[in-house]
Amino acid sequence: MKSLRNLLDKLKPTFSEGGRLSMLRSVFDGFETFLYVPNTTSKSGTHIHDSVDSKRVMFWVVLALVPALLMGMYNTGYQHYLVTGQSVGFFQTFFWGMLAVLPCVIVSYVVGLTIEFAVAQVKGEEIHEGFLVSGMLIPLIMPVNTPLWMVALATAFSVVFVKEIFGGTGYNVLNVALGARIFLFFSYPSKMSGDSVWIALRDYFGFGKAQATVDSFTGATPLGQAAASVGSDSMTLTNAVGDPLSLWDMFLGLIPGSMGETSTLAILLGGLFLLFTGVASWKIVVSVFGGGAIMALILNAFAVNPYMAMPFWEHWCLGGFAFGAFFMATDPVTAARTETGKWIYGLLVGMLAILYRVVNPAYPEGMMLAILLMNIFAKLIDYCVVQQNIKKRMKRAQVAIKK
Amino acid sequence: MTKQINIKKGLNINLQGLAAKETATASYTPLYAVSPIDFHGLLPKVVVKEGDPVKAGTPLVIDKKFPEINFVSPVSGVVKSIVRGEKRKLLHVIVEADTKTDYLTFPKRNPLEMTGTEVKEALTTAGLWPFIKRRPYDLMANPDARPKSIFVQGFDTAPLAPDYAYVLKGHGSEVQTGLDALTRLTEGPVYVCLPAGQAAPELEKAQHVEFVRLKGPHPAGNVGVAINHVDPVNKGEVVWTVNALDLVFFGRLFSQGIVDLTRLVALTGPAVCQPAYYLCKPGMALSALVEGNVHKEIPLRCINGNPLSGERVEKDGFLGFYNSQVTVLHEGSDVHEFIGWVMPRLNMFSASRTYFSFLLDKLMPKRQYDADTRVLGGERALIMSGEYDKVFPMDILPERLVRACIVKDLEDMEALGIYEVAPEDFALCEYVCTSKIEVQKVVREALDLLKAENGED
Repeated sequence: MKSLRNLLDKLKPTFSEGGRLSMLRSVFDGFETFLYVPNTTSKSGTHIHDSVDSKRVMFWVVLALVPALLMGMYNTGYQHYLVTGQSVGFFQTFFWGMLAVLPCVIVSYVVGLTIEFAVAQVKGEEIHEGFLVSGMLIPLIMPVNTPLWMVALATAFSVVFVKEIFGGTGYNVLNVALGARIFLFFSYPSKMSGDSVWIALRDYFGFGKAQATVDSFTGATPLGQAAASVGSDSMTLTNAVGDPLSLWDMFLGLIPGSMGETSTLAILLGGLFLLFTGVASWKIVVSVFGGGAIMALILNAFAVNPYMAMPFWEHWCLGGFAFGAFFMATDPVTAARTETGKWIYGLLVGMLAILYRVVNPAYPEGMMLAILLMNIFAKLIDYCVVQQNIKKRMKRAQVAIKK
Repeated sequence: MTKQINIKKGLNINLQGLAAKETATASYTPLYAVSPIDFHGLLPKVVVKEGDPVKAGTPLVIDKKFPEINFVSPVSGVVKSIVRGEKRKLLHVIVEADTKTDYLTFPKRNPLEMTGTEVKEALTTAGLWPFIKRRPYDLMANPDARPKSIFVQGFDTAPLAPDYAYVLKGHGSEVQTGLDALTRLTEGPVYVCLPAGQAAPELEKAQHVEFVRLKGPHPAGNVGVAINHVDPVNKGEVVWTVNALDLVFFGRLFSQGIVDLTRLVALTGPAVCQPAYYLCKPGMALSALVEGNVHKEIPLRCINGNPLSGERVEKDGFLGFYNSQVTVLHEGSDVHEFIGWVMPRLNMFSASRTYFSFLLDKLMPKRQYDADTRVLGGERALIMSGEYDKVFPMDILPERLVRACIVKDLEDMEALGIYEVAPEDFALCEYVCTSKIEVQKVVREALDLLKAENGED
């Protein structure tokens, strides 16, 4: 370890101001602070500081995403072998899925981090860690068949136009990962929705040559099927080969969907870790699930088709609801920041997501739109909450004047 | 009448180096200083020359805006030097002390028989006035103001803070005389803030005052919390605050007619060999306290006050005017922690549950932590929300207020309660901040700006 430290100390002057490579100062600084906690000491104010910093917080979120990522890899392989009618072992399934998923993750990180590094360098700032999380979220909310160039394009668009032009991490209005998804959703709708994008049928690096699918193959997600059922009298949700789905199947997540969002179990594992460590706000998570349940119950009460009668626990397990609730709605920068505001914000996210799903069949999944809409309204919710505090103080001052 | 306040929000930081309840003797030093830098915003004027003989109680410096306010010598001796810094800013007036203190005498009087103006005059002349501070702005009190109430800080919950019961032991009558003097200064009540449990008996027995009992973690002991709950400051109102430990000086002035600033100072911190209480006077050369009593082999930082809101002071500096605590910490600039941000760091404290200290503290509640002065991260924009709320037990939205202060939005600051707070109230916010924002500095600058905009003295 000592030699590494010595090496850094030796290189430092080259990258410092006035050094030969000073144009890469932020990059060097980024690597140095990654390897060694900076030894800068406090200049003003408190002399001691909490051990937590933004690196740790961001990394904890990435850790929490690992179960969803692994499960997503397995499920990608599972869906592939299921619809092609092959039966293979656990490891082959996982390995094939990994080959399909990993390139998306790498592309997202490489593109996003390159932009972040460049921006930090231009601004002369330290590299901010926010993209560590966004870079993982972006692939997890994409369909597996999204071409890599689209992942790259969407990531670049989102980092630049959703985050950096607002000032970078901490200043963005919209969730960066959802920014990438909505960009593709409206620019290339055929690649982001429909029946052919959710299950990988091509080969990856020569593995898993394209096979004929089994006869009963249907590529639609359960929510897609549900949306399509509106107008008919019955609704049976099935998996990719036409077997009806139980609640347990939905919970485990061996169903078609975006890469990381299908398994409620895996999301719950990571999500509870986030709540336990206090990184995500439990208020938002509870209120999103609560809001979803409330809206589902309202729809149940006025059900005119089978979709409206769908119980809320199925809504919770399907689509991106759980993923959005734990990992997207809780983004502290774009969510409401006041404690009361968080309840209102979460409740509305949950309610709108279910409302979009059930009432507007053009958008089978409403979570993305619900969160993005509430991202915009979060500031208004906060404003109202803050006004209450201000009014109380004004009133008190007026009473004092009268005395 | 006693008001009970229960506080849930806050944070106790258990550091190593709590002062043992025993009084030790500091090594001898003849050097004492009156340092205008102890008084934020003061425009000082020196009224002595180098070589002038002075007594304990002789004015060395006066306030240019309020020339009646004296800053007096704590000891008798000869003015040794007048130290100025950049732009001729007055830093210290240093006095070389005689071996025996010769006191300037003042009339002995019972404050209860005096008018408010007489008490003010006595305190300003004797150089004790600066011990009275004010909200808004957290500065020395303006003698012309009419405070609606006075709050006396009767305990301290900051990390390693001195024990008031130990420091005030045997000073009951002086404290009472001091409190009597305070009652003359306001038409409203004088509140004494005490902990819900064991409080200093000298304060519990106090008369002519009202009590506020606060229960909960730090910052329960900060007067700001009591003010916010009991008698919040609205725009245009003034509340004064005094530390109970300083009331002893008031008492000595009125009952003995001298300015005797002798006090117990707690020398604390993980870098101190024998943390204990020392008998000192404000302005004493710090080396007398610290030298030979700290772990030398590493870079150290001395702090006048507690590690959260104290002022950094160099080793050749002087004991602060207001401080009954000196903390010595490892500087930490020599520490290079390999990928520390992802390590378990079992020996480091954190309010965040991304570390295990919250679990370990439940198993071992007496666990004490070392801490150095590293910031432990880079400064970022505000990312995490609700962090400040958890350690800010006032009816104020801390994050909003800090944001208003950062962008210098005066209207928002007023609306969100800037008049009620002092920078020290935000010390814990700054401690827990994931984004490592210098919150106290931000609030201090905002208060200065507001004061200038309001055209107040």
